[in-house]
Amino acid sequence: MSLTDLFGSFLLLLAIPFFWGGSLGLLRFPDIYTRLHALTKADNLGLGLVVAGSILISKEWTVGVKLLLIWLAVLTASTISCYLIANAARKRKINPWKIP
Amino acid sequence: MENSLNLAAVTFDGVLALVLLVLAWQLLRSPNLFKAIVLFISFGLMLSLAWVRLKAVDIALAEAAIGAGLTGALFLTALDRLQRNNQKAGDSLTSQPGKVIAGISVLALTGILGWTVWTLPPFSDQMLALVSSNMPISGVENPVTAVLLNFRGYDTLLEIGVLLLAAVGVLAVTPSAVMVADSAPSPILILLLRLLLPFIILVSGYILWIGKYAPGGAFQAGAVLAAGGILLATAAVRFNLSASKALPLATGIGLLIFLLVALATMMLRGNYLQYPVAHAGTLILVIEAAATLSIAAVLVLLFVGVKSDADCPAPGEDSKNFIFEEENTIK
Amino acid sequence: MTIPLLYALVGVVLLGMGLYSLVMYSHLVRKILALNVSGAGVFLFLVAAADRTSGPLPDPVPHAMVLTGIVVAVSATALALALACRIHQVSGTTQLTDNEPD
Repeated sequence: MSLTDLFGSFLLLLAIPFFWGGSLGLLRFPDIYTRLHALTKADNLGLGLVVAGSILISKEWTVGVKLLLIWLAVLTASTISCYLIANAARKRKINPWKIP
Repeated sequence: MENSLNLAAVTFDGVLALVLLVLAWQLLRSPNLFKAIVLFISFGLMLSLAWVRLKAVDIALAEAAIGAGLTGALFLTALDRLQRNNQKAGDSLTSQPGKVIAGISVLALTGILGWTVWTLPPFSDQMLALVSSNMPISGVENPVTAVLLNFRGYDTLLEIGVLLLAAVGVLAVTPSAVMVADSAPSPILILLLRLLLPFIILVSGYILWIGKYAPGGAFQAGAVLAAGGILLATAAVRFNLSASKALPLATGIGLLIFLLVALATMMLRGNYLQYPVAHAGTLILVIEAAATLSIAAVLVLLFVGVKSDADCPAPGEDSKNFIFEEENTIK
Repeated sequence: MTIPLLYALVGVVLLGMGLYSLVMYSHLVRKILALNVSGAGVFLFLVAAADRTSGPLPDPVPHAMVLTGIVVAVSATALALALACRIHQVSGTTQLTDNEPD
């Protein structure tokens, strides 16, 4: 296990709390806006860490560029879908949850 | 050997199998249909992981695009149409005796099938040997593409015909050929289209091309292109199927080209769909390109057909294909 | 118990679950969902059976069959959903009724 392999595996392990937090937020948060917030955290930062770890583990730069493009595509799609869902919820007059 | 009991692999496969079973059970018994459909989409994505574990990467690509994404979108639009007026989608179980008989029969069937599976011979190499020995004359290097388009090309020809039949069926049943959105599309969605559509077309062409050497091919490329088309359809204010000239042509061209190649091989060589070895690769690429267009057009047609509802104006009121909101704004 | 055998058994169980739900529920969309789950079970069994080779490569013929099967399943689902929506539009319910012949 070289140093880059070790660091890459460490980055992969670091992504686990983000995905776990995203799923937990989906289940436990009170309204749709907070759930969207939790989910996009998992998508952006969690996937970013997974991609960074994978780039370090795979030694070829072509695989690295493809993985980076995948991350950018998922970033674009997930942020825009998050906005569209929140916009649709707003239009249906779903109000954000307030602290009671 | 790949099938040896490696602890990490066993844990992963065991957890994945459990997740698949629990997801299927939850989605089948959930009283809320929307929740059931969302669970079905995640079931499809977990199934893609199972395909990768079973070394079926082509199928994983197709399942993620078509099985999870497109089928989920179809279900959601159908649910929207059904629940437009009443939010409750009630369902009922049949009477108790029926339940017991059905349960026992299904358990017996599952038991017999499971026992058959358990006693299957552990190795079965004949077909793999047959395909591998014939790979040099197939014209491609990916065995799945070779089987799909050369050795079993007749099945693929009929499958494209089935797609066409389904499109005709959906169009016959849909109440209106015009799909009208509730409101103008959001400018953010148009931005997404501007960013993603060129990328989608490029990726689709790449997957089509790489199908010769690596997992890929016409179906996966057609599914990606269909995703772009469906994005376009959801962003349109008005989508008039009957006014389009390109869509019927794209739908039919796959079957047409395949049939032309089949007839040409029959007339020139005497055997239906037996490609000349020197040109097999080119013929396969031509057929795959036409099939990609066809598959994408049919999948978009299916989606718009399920989405169109009765309270839309009849076709013929305008001759435009679709209108974007931004054409009316001042740039 | 090898890995392909595990997935093949999961496929058989999925087929059973889907069949039971197909018979039990009367809502049309649920029936279509159940059919899709059964189909997924059958595909799992086919691909798992393809993995029973003695070398590293799997058998490509069932892979081609399942690929065809996925595409045909989605078009059948689309036609079934269009028909279900049409039934709902014409009769107002989402369940098939037993019509006595007049």
